[in-house]
Amino acid sequence: MTSVTEASPPSPQVRRAGRRPGRDRPRKAVDHGAWFLVLPALLPILVLSAGPLLYGILLAFTDAQSGRTEPTRWIGALNFRDLLHDTLFWESFRIGLVWAVGVTVPQFLLALGLALLLNQGLRLRWLARALAIIPWAMPEVVVGIMWRLVYNPDAGILNETLRDVGLGSGRDWLSGLATALPAVIVVGVWAGMPQTTVALLAGLQNTPRELHEAAAVDGAGAWRRFRTVTWPALRPIALAITALNLIWNFNSFALVYVLTNGGPGGRTRLPMLFAYEEAFRYGQFGYAAAMGCVMVAGISIALAVFLVGRLRGGDDA
Amino acid sequence: MRTSTPARIGQYTALLAYLVFLAFPFLWLVSTAFKPPRELGSLHPTWIPKDPTLGNFRQAFDEQPLLQAALNSLLAALAAAVVAVLIATPMAYVVARRRTRLAKAVTGWVVVSQAFPFVLLIIPLFLVLKNLRLINSVPGLVLVYVVWALPFALWMLAGYVRAVPPELEEAAAVDGAGRVRTLVSVTAPLLAPGIVATGLFAFITAWNEFFFALVLLKTPEKQTLPVVLTHFIGAEGVADLGPLAAAAFLATLPSLVVFAVIQRRITGGMLTGAVKS
Repeated sequence: MTSVTEASPPSPQVRRAGRRPGRDRPRKAVDHGAWFLVLPALLPILVLSAGPLLYGILLAFTDAQSGRTEPTRWIGALNFRDLLHDTLFWESFRIGLVWAVGVTVPQFLLALGLALLLNQGLRLRWLARALAIIPWAMPEVVVGIMWRLVYNPDAGILNETLRDVGLGSGRDWLSGLATALPAVIVVGVWAGMPQTTVALLAGLQNTPRELHEAAAVDGAGAWRRFRTVTWPALRPIALAITALNLIWNFNSFALVYVLTNGGPGGRTRLPMLFAYEEAFRYGQFGYAAAMGCVMVAGISIALAVFLVGRLRGGDDA
Repeated sequence: MRTSTPARIGQYTALLAYLVFLAFPFLWLVSTAFKPPRELGSLHPTWIPKDPTLGNFRQAFDEQPLLQAALNSLLAALAAAVVAVLIATPMAYVVARRRTRLAKAVTGWVVVSQAFPFVLLIIPLFLVLKNLRLINSVPGLVLVYVVWALPFALWMLAGYVRAVPPELEEAAAVDGAGRVRTLVSVTAPLLAPGIVATGLFAFITAWNEFFFALVLLKTPEKQTLPVVLTHFIGAEGVADLGPLAAAAFLATLPSLVVFAVIQRRITGGMLTGAVKS
């Protein structure tokens, strides 16, 4: 498959030509090989990911149920009409949004702070990097279990510390109607902070150092330097990781399942928990699939608003 | 650039606060795992167990089929990681080397697959696997894990492929090596560290996974570690804290060790994948 161009002595042009897909003969040959290389991954993707997703969307328009003998029927948009009046679901949807934003925003701010610190060449950097592994590598179930131990009303370290400091006798954080959601949000922030920090840190290390120094020489303070030099370079990564965090957090399940299982009184029932119960406790596959569709639509709209707002905000700055 | 002393003190204080925030829950888990029942019931728990014991670990193994669960987890994660890497590497190669419509479609799918809530995927998968009689079986779970690990594996591997200069392959071709020979003896060895890192990452994500395992595995002898861990928490949310902490601690160790080994490569791979596409 060696072509004449490749055989000639290497020059910059030739090297570039070697990568360009414009040449005819090798391209066809590669394409055949390409299909052969791609197929082993493409088949499972189509059969077990893309296919099921479409199937799932179709299910939302049926009355599919678990363990039923009569055939499943098309019922049009009936599931969606029912969903419209399902106040419990909308309450859960609202909690999902509060949770997603409540986790993503502090996560971003804390991660940015840590990334800026780690970028300063302080002494204990290695320790912070090592510790940041813990939340990232742990099974979500263990993160949940761990924080249950921290929040435990009697044997938990949180209440014990509060008692020591003299801030009252502590409370049952995860079962209190008012405290449950904030308490699980703290866990969500803790669990997702490392990934965000690592992404932001990489972004920081790409910012031009000379610009920073030039700005310092010109007498720009730390905040000015951050706004005019660091932030513009960091923005693309910051936007990408925040958008991803929003999606991941909105769709999260295991953490809250272990911490509160949606309680008390549904105060922490994220949409995923709601849909899971609908599908696998009550067997309402069609209805749960409709919820899934609404969740996708909801998160897409939220993302669009966020990204359009951010991008426009960037043009003004 | 020089930073003034008060600023430095401020920075170290902030860093210390972060260290405490990141570390204390894990330290508390370890502390709880080694405490005897008497200390766990005390109203004034201490950081360091006064009378450390291994009793919680013994009790954890007695209460739940932890060994069987660990074996199930190991099988599922290992199989998923190996299969995912085997089928993702060739595709990642094509995606990285050629800017075709296929490459764009794959990138698009990687992004879209992140946005879909798992319910929308698990209900149809549940029905499909039920027809194939693969519910409540580790192979069925492996199928799901492979597809679930693919987007990220493709993303990372494509980044690693881009880091291998195409000139090397061209030079091998000039020397008369065939296409397969070039891939096997030039590209593959250079990719090996990236492939191993991706495989280990897929292993950890599968080892840690909970939702699919919860839905697909029904009987305790088939369930994976994360699912079995939740059995320590009773119906009313009351848990026997000592064994719970001990089992959770053990289940985390493999993830922590593997992750410590590959951390640098993962962050590197993630970002090369991100920057170039």
